[in-house]
Amino acid sequence: MSHHIIEFRDVFFRYPDGTEALKGVHFRITHGESVGIVGANGSGKSTLLQHMNGYLLPTSGTVTIGDLNLTRKTRQEIRKKVGIVFQNPDDQLFMPTVFDDVAFGPVNLGLDDASVRERVYRALGMVNGLALRDKPPHHLSAGQKSAVAIASVMAMEPDILAMDEPAATLDPKSRRLLITLLKGFTHSKIIASHDLDLILDVCERCIVIGDGRVVADGPAAEILSNRTMLEDNSLELPLSFQRRSSG
Amino acid sequence: MSFDAQYFDIGRLDRLSYRDTFVHQLDARVKVIATMLFLFTVISFPKYEVVALVPFFLFPVLLLTIGEIPVRFILKKVLLVSPFAILIGVFNPFLDTATMAVISGIPISAGVISFLSILLKFALTVSAALLLIATTSFPGVCHALRRLGLPSLFVSQLLFLYRYIFVLMEEAMRITRARDMRSFGSRGAGIQVFVRLIGTLFVRTVDRAERIYYAMLSRGFQGDIPSLRRARIVVTDLACLTAMVMFLAVFRFFRITEGIGCLVQGLLR
Repeated sequence: MSHHIIEFRDVFFRYPDGTEALKGVHFRITHGESVGIVGANGSGKSTLLQHMNGYLLPTSGTVTIGDLNLTRKTRQEIRKKVGIVFQNPDDQLFMPTVFDDVAFGPVNLGLDDASVRERVYRALGMVNGLALRDKPPHHLSAGQKSAVAIASVMAMEPDILAMDEPAATLDPKSRRLLITLLKGFTHSKIIASHDLDLILDVCERCIVIGDGRVVADGPAAEILSNRTMLEDNSLELPLSFQRRSSG
Repeated sequence: MSFDAQYFDIGRLDRLSYRDTFVHQLDARVKVIATMLFLFTVISFPKYEVVALVPFFLFPVLLLTIGEIPVRFILKKVLLVSPFAILIGVFNPFLDTATMAVISGIPISAGVISFLSILLKFALTVSAALLLIATTSFPGVCHALRRLGLPSLFVSQLLFLYRYIFVLMEEAMRITRARDMRSFGSRGAGIQVFVRLIGTLFVRTVDRAERIYYAMLSRGFQGDIPSLRRARIVVTDLACLTAMVMFLAVFRFFRITEGIGCLVQGLLR
């Protein structure tokens, strides 16, 4: 049984056009932790997430998921462990109906029809999306799309869940539902977001990325109340803290 | 028609296909096969045939009624593509001037008749294809094609086309809106801006394609788009197909119009 550990050791990444996106990222996330990743626009959050299931491979340094080192050969295995939910659900939902989309991953895992069906129903049930199953994605609202996108990843039953800006397009109620859902997911989770209140709610640990490096790493409540450090990184205090300090 | 209107028009055709009538419930494979048979039967008539084609309008009319499809909507679409057919046949009356029939003293040339025949065949085939799409969801048609033996790569292409045509059109709509908001009168609406606009759209599409591919890889994509088998052909489907084949055969090989004509004359006598 592999422990759901994610370890980045001195990871550097340079894009083909020469942009240095990661300059020595170093951290370790252990089993069952929920970690928020915050940072300014262009600080390297998305690049970091794309390393977690091997879409990008580090220029130098190592990424370890469970007991596997990320290489060209192991990335198929790693993709079964790490489920990534994208920022834009339209990129994620590529099949013509909701059912087919949620079934896409499980079918690729080689499951038989009955188990695929069971997983699809369970995953859609989790996000209250069962009624949507025969709809085409372009008939869904933004909130429904993002719920289905989460279901499509949940259906693969990943050990580790990584999300890029999950609440950006959601109305307050859908956002609240998402937070409840995330709290119920007991495996390791990694959430990159500018929604600092969401991170404060869901994550016990927070990593601040600035200019391709880890600037701060510690308990979320502590990191997210450090006004100077946050402002240095184009962030600000979460609204819930702002209210507390002014009132 | 403006871009926005076009967008909602395609969306309307798509929404029609998600209704729940008897025609919509038929198995997609049956409908695809029936439509193909219909097309081939119509096309198989010789080029001077007009009278025998008319009874075939029964099928589109039936589908329109049972499938609760608005007639005007389909008519408009048929008219929209009609220039192609008209262009193909419009010179026939001048090229083929042999007299074929004389109706109340006016000689009708063979060219006029073949032109008429082309128009009828066109109207029949295009409306049949449109009605297939309006009464069957597009994914349904694709899965039917795959199960009828079309290569899966081709079917995947069609599925992606369907999935992203709406996303792409929304993207284009946003770009044109952004342009229109900042171009006053004719300024900013010229061809040069248009070319750049297309360029932007293309670059965005390439970016999006890359993100989609990433999403597919993340969920274990290895070169084939799998599908679960769901639809099952039931007795009703087979009955409909059999009825369709029989009617097509009768309409093709017996002179129905003449028969009805004789019957009516007989009754009047």
